[in-house]
Parts: sequence; C-alpha cells; structure tokens
Amino acid sequence: MILAAVIVLGSIGALFGLLLYVIAQKFKVIEDPKIDEISEVLPGANCGGCGKAGCRALAEAIVKQGNTEGLKCPAGGNEVAAKIAKIMGLEAKEEEPVVAVIRCSIACSANEPKSHYQGMKSCAFAHSLYVGESGCGYGCIGLGDCYNACQFDAITLDPKTGFPIVNDDKCVGCGACVQACPRKVIELRNKGIKNRRVYVSCVNKEKGGVARKTCSNACIGCGKCAKACPFDAIVIENNLAYIDYKKCKMCRKCVAECPTGAIVAVNFPPKPQAQPTDTNENNDK
Amino acid sequence: MKTFPLGGIHPEENKLSTAATIEEFPLPKQVTIFLNQHLGAPATPVVEKGEKVKIGQLIAKAEAFVCANIHSPVSGSVNKIDSVKDMFGIYKNAIIIDVEGDEWVDTVDLTPTIVKDIKLSKTEIIDKIKEMGVVGLGGATFPTHIKYMIPEGKKAEYLIINAVECEPYLTSDHRVMLEHTEEIMIGVSILRKALGVEKAYIGIENNKPECIAAMTNMATQYAGIVVEPLKVKYPQGAEKQLIKAITGRNVPSGKLPIDVGCVVNNVGTALAVYDAVQKNKPLIENIMTVTGKALAQQHNYKIRIGISYNDIIEHIGGLPDDTAKIISGGPMMGKAIVNLEAPTTKGASSMLVITEKEAIRAEEKECIRCGKCMEACPMGLEPYLFSALINNGNIQDAIGEKLMDCIECGCCMFTCPANKPLLDEIRFAKNKFRQTMMQQQKK
Amino acid sequence: MKLLNVSGSPHVHGDLSVKRIMWDVNIALIPIFIVSLIFFGLDALFVSLVSVFCCVLFQWIIEKFLLKKPTSISDGSAVITGLLLAFNVPSNLPLWIVAIGAFVAIAVGKMTFGGLGKNPFNPALVGRVFLLISFPVQMTTWPKANNIFDLAQTAATTDATTGATPLALIKEAVKAGDMSVLQNLPDYWTMLIGQHGGSLGEVSAIAILIGGIYLLCRKVISWHIPVSFILSAFVFAGILHWIAPASYIAPMYHVLSGGLLLGAVFMATDMVTSPMSKSGQIVFGIGCGLLTIIIRTWGAYPEGVSFAILLMNAVTPLINKGFKPKRFAK
Repeated sequence: MILAAVIVLGSIGALFGLLLYVIAQKFKVIEDPKIDEISEVLPGANCGGCGKAGCRALAEAIVKQGNTEGLKCPAGGNEVAAKIAKIMGLEAKEEEPVVAVIRCSIACSANEPKSHYQGMKSCAFAHSLYVGESGCGYGCIGLGDCYNACQFDAITLDPKTGFPIVNDDKCVGCGACVQACPRKVIELRNKGIKNRRVYVSCVNKEKGGVARKTCSNACIGCGKCAKACPFDAIVIENNLAYIDYKKCKMCRKCVAECPTGAIVAVNFPPKPQAQPTDTNENNDK
Repeated sequence: MKTFPLGGIHPEENKLSTAATIEEFPLPKQVTIFLNQHLGAPATPVVEKGEKVKIGQLIAKAEAFVCANIHSPVSGSVNKIDSVKDMFGIYKNAIIIDVEGDEWVDTVDLTPTIVKDIKLSKTEIIDKIKEMGVVGLGGATFPTHIKYMIPEGKKAEYLIINAVECEPYLTSDHRVMLEHTEEIMIGVSILRKALGVEKAYIGIENNKPECIAAMTNMATQYAGIVVEPLKVKYPQGAEKQLIKAITGRNVPSGKLPIDVGCVVNNVGTALAVYDAVQKNKPLIENIMTVTGKALAQQHNYKIRIGISYNDIIEHIGGLPDDTAKIISGGPMMGKAIVNLEAPTTKGASSMLVITEKEAIRAEEKECIRCGKCMEACPMGLEPYLFSALINNGNIQDAIGEKLMDCIECGCCMFTCPANKPLLDEIRFAKNKFRQTMMQQQKK
Repeated sequence: MKLLNVSGSPHVHGDLSVKRIMWDVNIALIPIFIVSLIFFGLDALFVSLVSVFCCVLFQWIIEKFLLKKPTSISDGSAVITGLLLAFNVPSNLPLWIVAIGAFVAIAVGKMTFGGLGKNPFNPALVGRVFLLISFPVQMTTWPKANNIFDLAQTAATTDATTGATPLALIKEAVKAGDMSVLQNLPDYWTMLIGQHGGSLGEVSAIAILIGGIYLLCRKVISWHIPVSFILSAFVFAGILHWIAPASYIAPMYHVLSGGLLLGAVFMATDMVTSPMSKSGQIVFGIGCGLLTIIIRTWGAYPEGVSFAILLMNAVTPLINKGFKPKRFAK
C-alpha cells in the first residue's frame, strides 16, 4: 500500500519535474546579466522621469543601446550614472544636479479667487475646462497634479492655498512633476551652490498690461532685467523673461531691477544691510 | 413611438420659455467677434483697424479645411483686432467693432417674403453654405459645408434633421419650428438637394406636440420630408442615438453617420441654410434661449453674434441674487462660463442661469456598484469601470474598454447615486489619451 | 454677486443618492419585521434591536476611532446589515451572540475592506455564517411560531417550545431514509404566511414578496437576480424530484422554505456584491439557485442559501469581467 503510493506519487513528481525542465529549456529567455545589474543600482521608484515605463525598462534600453546616450536616470543623479557607466564599461559624465522649480509666484493666492471650481481634483481637467480659479491662464491651478506625480515626497501642498512647495533636499530632479503639470509651470533648473537660484517666477505670456492686471507679480516682459544682466543670461520671448541658468552668475542685478518682483532669488543670505546710507538717502528725499 | 434602445435618462424638462416668442435683441455699442466661432482652425481677418464694415460683410476668411467664414453682425468701424478673454477666461484673437448705424451689404435680401424656388445647383448650394459661414447650430459648431462634401465611395441615403431638443431648459428649436416652419422646410429641401437625396426625416420628441403638428402640417406640401415623433428620452439628440431611433441603423464605433448613409443636421442649421441660400444672408445671428428658474422672465432672443453676456444680463435686468452658475448650452452638455464680458458665438443656443441649490455638487461617496451608470449609458459602456481604472492611472485599459466611444452625454454622472464625477474622469482620460497619441504621432 | 461656479457638464443631477437607496431597502424590510413580531413576539424585537444597534455602533466606532474619518452611519447601510442579520437568526438566540454576529458582519465583513462599496461579501451573510459555524446549536434551535389564528394557544406556548424547520425535517428524513416524517411538514399556505419554525425574516413568503415589489417599483433592484435565483432553484429541484420523488422533496418546498426567498430578494441583490450587467446578474442568480439546492440536497447543512450567495459573491468580479453590457451597435 505504502509502496504503491510512493511509486505513484514519486513517478508523478518525476514526470512533472521533467516537464518543467523541458519547458524551462525550450522557452528560455537569454537576458543580458547587465540588465539585472543596472536595475540593481537604479533607485527603483519607477518614477518615469527617464521617459521609460520604469527602472527596468530604462536598464533594458541602456543595455540594448549599448551606451547611455540620451538615457539617464535623473533621479539617481551622478552617483547612479557613474555606477551604470562602470557596469557598461563606459566613462561617466558629470552633470549638474537639477531641481524642480515652480515658476509661479502664486501671488494670486493672496488675492480673492475669481470663480469656484467643482469637480474632479485634477489640474489637467480643470485646465481643459477653463482658466482656473485664479483667473490666470498660465499660472499654477493648485489642484495637486504635481503632488500626485512626485514619487519622492518632495512636493507638499500648502494647506491653505493648495499650491505646491518643493522640498529642495528631497527633490531628485526626475521631472515627473514637469510632465504632470498641464501648464508647464514647473521647470528643472540647476540646484545651485547651497541651493541658491535666481529665476523668473512667472510663465505668463500675456502682454504687459494684461499680465499685470491678472497678477501683481507677473512678468510683464519689460526687458529691464535683460538690459541689466551683465552676462547676457536673460532673453525676452513672448512678453516673458527667461534666465538661462548656464549663463547666470547669480549677481542678482535683475532681481533689483524687476518692477513687479517676478524675478526671485532664493536661499541667499540676507543682503548686507547698508542701513546708514539708505536712511540718509530717504532723509534727503 | 420610436426611440433609441440602450440606456438614456429622463431629466426634469424645465422648458420654462416655450411660450416666449422670439424677440429681436437690441444692438449694443460694441461687439467682439472671435476668429474662432466654430470647431476647427481660426479664420484669418480680412479687415483692418479703422475700416468701415457693413452688416453681412466678410471680416474673416476661412483658410484651413475645417474652418468657416465670419461676417460682421453690425455696421460700424473696426476698433481693433486684439486678443480678448473668451467665456472661459482664455485669451483668443478677436475683431472688435464699434457699432454705427444699421447698414447692410447690398446683396442680402431683407424682404420678409419667403423664397420657395431653389435656383442653385448642388455644388452652388454647398459653395453658398461655405461662403455664408454656416456652422452646425446644435452645439458643436462644425462647419456645415464639410458634412456635404461626401467622400468618394460613400453615398448618402437619408438626411436627418435633429429637432428633438432633448436638453432640459432649451427652447430655441421649439420656437424656431413654430415661427419659421416654412423656412425650415425650404432649408431642409435645400439640404436634400445638396446631398442628392429624396428622403429627409425630422425627428421631434413628443413633448412638443404643437411643433409636431405644425411641422407635419407643413410637410404635406413637401414630398419626401417625414416628421418623426420620438419618445422623450435624453440623449436622443446625439447623432448616433438619433440615427438609431429614426432609421434603426447602427453607426459603428469610430465611424461617422455617412458610413451608414446618413447626414444629420440641426433644425436651426436648416433655417440658417435657408437664410444663406435663399436670402443671401450670412450666419450673423442665432436664436438664443435666456432662461433659469430664478429669472423673473424667460426669453427667446434672435441675437447677433459678438454681443457680450453682460449686455444680455443688463438687458434682462440683472441676475438674481442666488445665481451660482451660468451655462452656455443645456444643463446636460453645456459649458459653465466664468467671464461675463466675453461675447456670444455662433453656436450659443442658450444662456442658462442656475441657482445655488442646483449648482452645488453633492459630496462624493464611495461607488456602491449599483450599476445605474451602466443602465443609463446610451452607448452600453461601463462608466464605473472607467472611473476605477482611471483613478488607478490605468488609462490604457480604459481605452480597451471602449472609452473613446463615450459621447459625453452625462447620463452616468446624472444618475450616479454616489455623486461620482464620472464624466470629469472620462473626459480627463480622453484628453490624456489624445495627448499621448499626438505625442506619438510627432515622434 | 457671488462667485460663479465652474464644473464640467452635466450641471444637474438626478434625485438618486446612496442614502435614498439604502433607506428604501430598510423600508422594504418593514413588512418582514412586522411579521416577525407577530410570530415570534418580543424576542424578535430584542434580537432586531440589538443587531441593528450593534451594527451601527461598531461602524461608528471603527470610522471614528480607527479610520478617523467622518462617519457614514446616516446612509443606512449599517441598519440594513443589522436588520438582515437579525432576520437570519432564530428569535431565541442569546443576545450576546447577536452582538458577536453584528461585530463580525460590520468589522470583518465590511470595514476591513474599506467600508460600503468595497466589501466583496454581503456583510450580513458573513456575520450569519460565522455564527452558524461558531454556535451551531443555538443557531439551529428554532422556536415555534405563534399561531395567530388561535390566541389561546399563543398564550399557552412558552419560549421553551422549539421545533425544527421544514428543511431540517427533510434533511433528517432523507438521512434516516424514513420519509414518513414529512407528513408533519406544514402545508404551502402556512409557509406562504410564515407560520412555521425558522429565522426571523425568512418565514413569511408574502412579507418578503411585498418588500421585493416595493424595491422593484423604486428601481432599487431589478428582476434579474431574484427571478433567475428562484427559477433555477425551482427547476433544478423539480428535475431531481421528477427523477426520484421518494428521495427529493417537491420543488415548491425548496422555494418557500428556509431563506431562499429572503436571500433571493434582499441578499443576492445587494448591489455591492452582485454583478453589474444584466446578463451577469442572471448568471449570478442561476449560480445561487443551483448551489442552494446542491448544498441543501447533498451538503452537511440543511440550509444552503447563505453559502450559495457567499460563494457567488466570490466569483462576482469574474462575472463582471466576462459578462459585459450590450454595447451600442453590437
């Protein structure tokens, strides 16, 4: 009795084992071990910042292409790039770290909303409907598409206004929020020394007067900053100034020049106070 | 009585303004004419700043394929051509004209006599419709002449005139059918000639018995035109549903009515075609219902394009205090507007004032999988499934479940007991899908 | 003027709401409740009250203290669970067992999955089956129904009198091979009225049908599930009876006895746990009907409705995948 059971079960087991082996051999997929190795060093957040479906897809693409031309993990930065280069036997290129910058002063949040939006909590949908509660057709809508897109907890929403705030230390510059924003308010800019950056915090392309009417901090495209810039880092296009961070030396002359305060400098220490002269000047007037 | 088979709902009709006869809306001091009055590419302006224009003069020309001519609705001088906020607050290019006097171009026949003889040939009619800038007045504002340029290998068999007016509140088609019965019949005859078909059906829902009576009576003089009373059910006015209800033919997924030998036009368009072809009058005005539960008086206006919503509000004596939403179009498919300084356009069939009580959306609850959305869907889709898939970010699977077949009638969201923003989510996903398709095409 | 509201269309909404649907079901349960009071007296009232109170209380506690979100007890779904649970137990069940049943129904059957709309199984049935397995003796000891036509007898009968349900009788008879017991079965008329042993809510066919008709009129349920459920059970039991009348009971007994009607009208039709499309609902109903008869005839338990519905609940997602609504132009 026991013998029969042992024989029957044993032979069934052997048969299935054989079957599994045959199938495994027949349908074997030979995969480059490099794919696994690269997947291993990638962050594994599947943020989509590289433009691929996920981390493994990027690894496959790199191995298939044979080099990292146009393929990189923005979230992993130079560290990961160096590791990938090592696996692939290539030379690593150093790139400046970038961070997401919200190019909207969100001054409108201080103003009264112009309408009341109801419905699906999605910037993309609200954008397809109309101008948004703020009344500015270019600026941040504040329904949190970027917040939902961020895989690294780097974006928080202001509990009062709903507008996003980027945490520079957590942001890895993957660009998922840039893709998610229907108005392309967010831009990836260089992180800067000690997180110091100078940028135009507005994407409004309306003409000066109109933009001003919409928002007190709008860029009106007056061009004063471009004239003031000693490094030709600022261009005015479509009534909108843009600071090229590669050229900018962070002298902050434009910040002082901007009549609306659309150009902002962040994380700089407070300016050395030239109090005495200031008061004197005021007194003179 | 005929109707379409799947789904459908019965929203409260609220046809408050059925008794209001069509009034001529007075001209304001200034009109703003968007270059994008229609579906498709904007027209190119052919007038300059300071130029004098007459009523009916061409001011912007259609250059792209899907585009329509625009004519001046007033006489006066061009103030400027500038970007102006439209009713959703988005800047668009427009021609602004200061109104001076009331001078028409000579070619327009202003006499009240009804011209019955159709002198023009088939191609001449289509050219005329194109020249006069006629667009579909059912809401989509698709340039009419394109529908009549039948592609090779396809043949039209029926002309279907959409006079169901299934949207609650709207009464403009109702009034037009009562007051311009004969003109509509001639317009339908012109369209039949343009299409080269004998048979035309006019579908009217049987909540408008007087229209059915008047139209049936008039149709006896026009052989081949059949008035088809339809059972009241929303969205009967949707193209596919109307074709199904009247002819029993199915327009398959991703196909056009012409693929089953049908061309559908709105009854208002038929009137515009009559004006264009017989009277040489371009499309510079349309019939607009101004209605709302809180309004003291309900109106149907014959209104020139380019008159701002503020002018209308001023004319009716201001808005009631508890106005919470203003809609251009019907409550089921119309669009909420924010900028009242914006002008009306060719397709504006109504200005609907919604009170606070009606406007506020109830709090969203968890889906209880009751399946009411599926029962209501006239396309036989599964809105609850779309919602679940889309909220998981899985738009591709939703497309596989025929998301793109959705006609955005809003039946699902109207019925949903959990107050889910189903149509919002569906529209969101459709937009996303279109964007990704466009990006792929670019590559 | 106030700010204008903006949203996508449609800008109007029908008068249907979750609350309305749930309270409609509660209203439909009233006739059954009244009948249970008549036949089982105050015991029925206590069981129902405790069950409903505990269900609502547990939901409130879980939402308030565990999930920390606004409570949703006002939508009436916890009341339905409580009533249905009470209707599925004998009236002489100790109240502490009822409370345990309510806890399992709400906490395990419903809230662990995320509350109303996300539970894969009918919560009341989860509670009921838990009690049936955990307390088999108490759950299958049935008090005799009061004879409403004979008040003297009503006064004389005490709570101590217990009797088997028709289904239990049949099971015993088939097991013992002695069909003579079946002589004691109540006639159809009694079963229609409900004057026989059984759970609170399942005895009276007429009360259930009244509730069902109300739900149909209010369009809370459609005919597909109840009709296919009852019909398939009837046909299947009929075939068995036709083959061997001696060992299988007449189909009409199957339909009228036990929880079949209550299950078909109120529990299988639970929106959350039943298929979405009409064709899927018919498949679901047929599955319930067949499983019920199979369990009743060959299973260990005399009653199989609860198990049948729970089993079909489990395959509902599969049915939803396989049975799509009829598409336009197809």
